[in-house]
Amino acid sequence: MAYFKMSWLALKWALKKPATSPYPFVPRRLLAGSRGKLSFTKDGCVYCNVCAKKCPTHAIVVNRANKKWAIDRLRCIACGYCVEACPKDSLTLKPEHGAPTITRDREIH
Amino acid sequence: MARTVIPFGPQHPVLPEPVHLDLVVEDERVVEARPSIGFIHRGLEKLAEKKDYVEFTYVAERICGICSFIHSQTYCQAVETLMNVPVPPRALYLRTIWGEMSRIHSHLLWLGLMADGMGFESLFMHSWRIREQLLDIIEATTGGRVIFGSCKVGGVRRDIDDETASGILKELDEIEKDMREIARVFLEDKSVKARLCGIGTLSKQEAYELGCVGPMLRASGVAQDMRTLGYAAFGDIAVEPVTRTEGDSYARSTVRCQELFQSVSIIRQAFAKMPAGEIAVKVTGNPTGETITRTEQPRGEVVYHLKANGTKNLQRFRVRTPTFANLPAMLKVLPGCDLADVPMIVLTIDPCISCTER
Repeated sequence: MAYFKMSWLALKWALKKPATSPYPFVPRRLLAGSRGKLSFTKDGCVYCNVCAKKCPTHAIVVNRANKKWAIDRLRCIACGYCVEACPKDSLTLKPEHGAPTITRDREIH
Repeated sequence: MARTVIPFGPQHPVLPEPVHLDLVVEDERVVEARPSIGFIHRGLEKLAEKKDYVEFTYVAERICGICSFIHSQTYCQAVETLMNVPVPPRALYLRTIWGEMSRIHSHLLWLGLMADGMGFESLFMHSWRIREQLLDIIEATTGGRVIFGSCKVGGVRRDIDDETASGILKELDEIEKDMREIARVFLEDKSVKARLCGIGTLSKQEAYELGCVGPMLRASGVAQDMRTLGYAAFGDIAVEPVTRTEGDSYARSTVRCQELFQSVSIIRQAFAKMPAGEIAVKVTGNPTGETITRTEQPRGEVVYHLKANGTKNLQRFRVRTPTFANLPAMLKVLPGCDLADVPMIVLTIDPCISCTER
């Protein structure tokens, strides 16, 4: 009986499609609600500094005088606290994760 | 007979995290185990004095990479108790659902690691394959795979609509079917039983006296589960602790296998009973006072002690994690076992060292 069960299981799994996806030939399926890369929209931003104040990792720096918004991608933990706090909805978390960052340079917008 | 000291860890194939044991052996039999921990201490308790109490939810969630959601839930519950925040019922149900999903994925991870530890690689792969399906549900509903980030002081950040809920329930049916298949192997397979039965036996009295928690305690016959305290939605959803009486590694594995299905049943009940309404309330002011909150994590009971003095930073934050409570019992069962059984015994307490060291 045990041998029959074992053979049946082996056959079942041999005939099934693999459970893993053939990455990188097929890109990973993006899930709509996923917290990925933080995206900033310049239009509408009043440079109020709320996002920078709320950020738990101090990844965001806002310069109100020069109207510049900057982020250190290596510090960002994609928690979404800034998105929640933004009064003008200038920040969104995209499902895609974006290209990897390898330097500590701030991305300035 | 001559005694030899064999170092076990901090880097060892069965250990996902670093803990060190000096095993004193006579021939192949362990006579003493001396532990040393502290390799990954991060000082998170002290950080509570630097971050404000809302921000600290993110830190609390990162105490552990596996039971992350229940850490943030416990922290939020503690702050809500201090501030008398009336959390909306829907938020409590959502917390319950995500908490149980977290339990399932933690148990599946552990079952996989245990299969890997005993060299049963295909079982390890199947456990983690099923876990992946659940992680997709978690990512779609909360935004993160293991760091959910969906709990906040006053409620939760995201809602689950009815359409998504029915999709989740359908997927859960599939997941449950798959889990039954692997649970059968964990519970009935001869080779699995040969590695687990009668290994690392802990009596009911010893488990109680050594202060064990979670599956470790329940496998020795003590029916203690913090979910019976009725936190979150557990006031409306009855939980019967899963217990065994043998107290060996097989019993601990069985308890975790059965808890997988218990959690699926809790998620189904929670979706069926979940009321409509708000998912969060606005919280203003700062916490004052002192509180102790207890919840049931996948590994057992976690205790949070919070002391606040009316400022935005907490005065004192203390966590007693389940692995810390289970370490004395592990040291109790190690002497007398074979050297080859040490990895199995260490794994069956489901060690989470980053939790323990905070």
